[in-house]
Amino acid sequence: MRDRIPTPSPPAPSRRRVLRGGIALGAAGAAALTASGCGSTLAQGFTGGAPSPSRLNFWNPFTGGDGERMLAMQDAYRAAHRSTELKSATFLWGNPYYTKLTLSTLGDRPPQVAVVHLSKLPTLAEAGLLTELRTDDLARHGLTEDKFDARPWRKSQFGGAPHAVPLDTHPFVLFFRTDIAEKAGLLDGQGQLVDVDGPDAFIDALRAAKEVTGAWGGSIASVKEASMQFRLFWSLYRQVGGGDLVADQGKRVVVDTAAAAEALAYIRRLSQEKVIPANTDGKGAITLLTTGKAGFLMDGVWQALAVRSAKVKFDMRPLPRIFKDAPYACAADSHALVLPKAPDEKAQRLDLSLGFIASMLHSSKLWAEGGHVPAWLPTQRSRAYKELVPQSHYATAADGAVYDPAAWYGGAGSTMQNVVGDAVTSVFTGETSPTAGAARLRRDLRTLASRPAPV
Amino acid sequence: MATTTAPTPTSSRGDRWAGPGMLLPFALFYLVFLVGPLIYTVVAGFFETSLLKSGLGDFAGLSNYTAVLGDAEFWRTLRNTLWFTVLTTVPLVLLSLALALLADRFVRGRWFFRFAFFAPFVLPSAVVSLLFMFIYADQLGLAQEAVKWFGVDTPPSWLGDPDWAMISIAAATVWWTIGFNFVLYLAGLQDVPREVHEAAAIDGAGPWQRIRHVVVPMLGRTTTLVTVLQVIASLKVFDQIYMMTAGGPDGSTRSSLQLIYDTGFVEGRVGYASTVSLLLFVVILLVSLVWFALVRRAEKES
Repeated sequence: MRDRIPTPSPPAPSRRRVLRGGIALGAAGAAALTASGCGSTLAQGFTGGAPSPSRLNFWNPFTGGDGERMLAMQDAYRAAHRSTELKSATFLWGNPYYTKLTLSTLGDRPPQVAVVHLSKLPTLAEAGLLTELRTDDLARHGLTEDKFDARPWRKSQFGGAPHAVPLDTHPFVLFFRTDIAEKAGLLDGQGQLVDVDGPDAFIDALRAAKEVTGAWGGSIASVKEASMQFRLFWSLYRQVGGGDLVADQGKRVVVDTAAAAEALAYIRRLSQEKVIPANTDGKGAITLLTTGKAGFLMDGVWQALAVRSAKVKFDMRPLPRIFKDAPYACAADSHALVLPKAPDEKAQRLDLSLGFIASMLHSSKLWAEGGHVPAWLPTQRSRAYKELVPQSHYATAADGAVYDPAAWYGGAGSTMQNVVGDAVTSVFTGETSPTAGAARLRRDLRTLASRPAPV
Repeated sequence: MATTTAPTPTSSRGDRWAGPGMLLPFALFYLVFLVGPLIYTVVAGFFETSLLKSGLGDFAGLSNYTAVLGDAEFWRTLRNTLWFTVLTTVPLVLLSLALALLADRFVRGRWFFRFAFFAPFVLPSAVVSLLFMFIYADQLGLAQEAVKWFGVDTPPSWLGDPDWAMISIAAATVWWTIGFNFVLYLAGLQDVPREVHEAAAIDGAGPWQRIRHVVVPMLGRTTTLVTVLQVIASLKVFDQIYMMTAGGPDGSTRSSLQLIYDTGFVEGRVGYASTVSLLLFVVILLVSLVWFALVRRAEKES
């Protein structure tokens, strides 16, 4: 009878066998790491060794349309530098990207080249995370001051020395539907938008567009987009002549509350006169334009591709000059290429890195097609760029570019953008009065400034 | 014929180590990825630890704690989190119980209701957020159109109005996560013996009385479990809020976890963020302990 025979239980694995198995596994793992050689980024991360001399690690935060262009620019580099092994990594834009960049640099495993926003440069440089660049090193690769747009170049300096090579300027601009503008009688004989500068002229233009669309005159993101409200405020506040918001790397608050209240009062007018909806998110703002429910859109130039993909007739121009108290101003930022501080020169590979940066700048035309105004003057002044439409129509906005105030809590996607943007939104939606909004803004900035700086 | 005999147990040494040996890999993970970071969090809370600098930074003593406890934003995010917890826990417990009772009554097609109510739960938070951002969208969204149907001329801006934003997110969360509680209740219902139903029916109890006086009390333990799990999950809310409103409008939906994320990763103040997370940990622990104590007392009394 079968069931009488007791089935032998499998012998318990002896400790020695378990140990032997473990060692074998570990050895196999180590072999796998060494087999793929020091060429493997993973292995390099574990062993801490420098990557092979021909390898160049490059980090960027570009996805979508910008990402496609960045890949094309990398292909151009690869085609010309076959001996270099370019490894590029793309991370999600914003804080996740900066967190990774910071931690990898602190952990002595930074990429050789990385993209940063110039508004973030003061904080990163002050924290000692960037390699200071020498002008003669840059000149060896043809990167001299006279070939760069003055504003981003100046912003690339920290403590009197260049710390980044600017790639572009991306200002906050005005999009408009040419078909709606035409019906609203806002186009002149050459098909150009008539003068929309000045507080009343702009609202009149929005109102004319509203009559055509039957819904709204223009749109701007407000829900979930504190940074867009910050850009609107920062542009107008500078046009009023309000100057800076903070000084001493953010340790002192110097906001001019009267100027802030004036700018906020105008922002409130836009929603109060019902020419712009008070509650729209980023995608909704674009959709209002592309579906013909709004004739104008205030947004960043990087949305040019998104609007173009909707296949509607549109054009772009610099943000209107609403106030004439100070030189023209519009909020802007720049992408720039930096060398995160490497543990030693061998890991830095200065000339290889600078050669790559030079190649990126030579591809500026590709980059400009994505909407950004090139910082590389040979491209910005080229006929090919001047023929790019609508890109060339707003290139002058870069002359009025104002960067975010320098502070450890400022810059792209920062707490300052959120705090100021929230205060602006509450005025824009009518929750708060302009004067109360300005007072709140000052109070919130003071709270931020009083905190211990992490740099 | 040779008799087969079972091999005598070779040694008790191997047996003794088998259990701990099997546990070892998990224990290591637990130490490295849970206990370790927890200790680091506690330590970092006493220092001005920065994301932009290596090391722990300057010793801060209790200054992070006094700063957090005096920070209006900390209390506001905590209030927001508790408000979200109330808005989600109450309907998620009551509604899932009601739905489970109803679905349980179907004999034919029960699988369909089980599937229908559980299906949203398998969606990733990103999908749910995107879906509801379309639904709640201003000017173009479904929710505004639907309200207009009922005769409301100016529908609220679901995600843009500080009074409505949290409620809208809570409603989306209820739709999304109700399936989990629903399944727990269905399992609890299977444990109610048929005889109890029959005995109650013989004693003259109608369907409603049977649910009220027999089924719901017998589901007491399930309700405790569901509520505690739900409270803890709601107190830890982050993803859907972060994706749908990013804490806005005007900070009205900013959760405690987002405050930790913002101060730790956006501003790079790891010491401060550690303190906030430790305090949130204490809050969650206290809420759970108080709840368990209340339930235990109620169980003793009955």
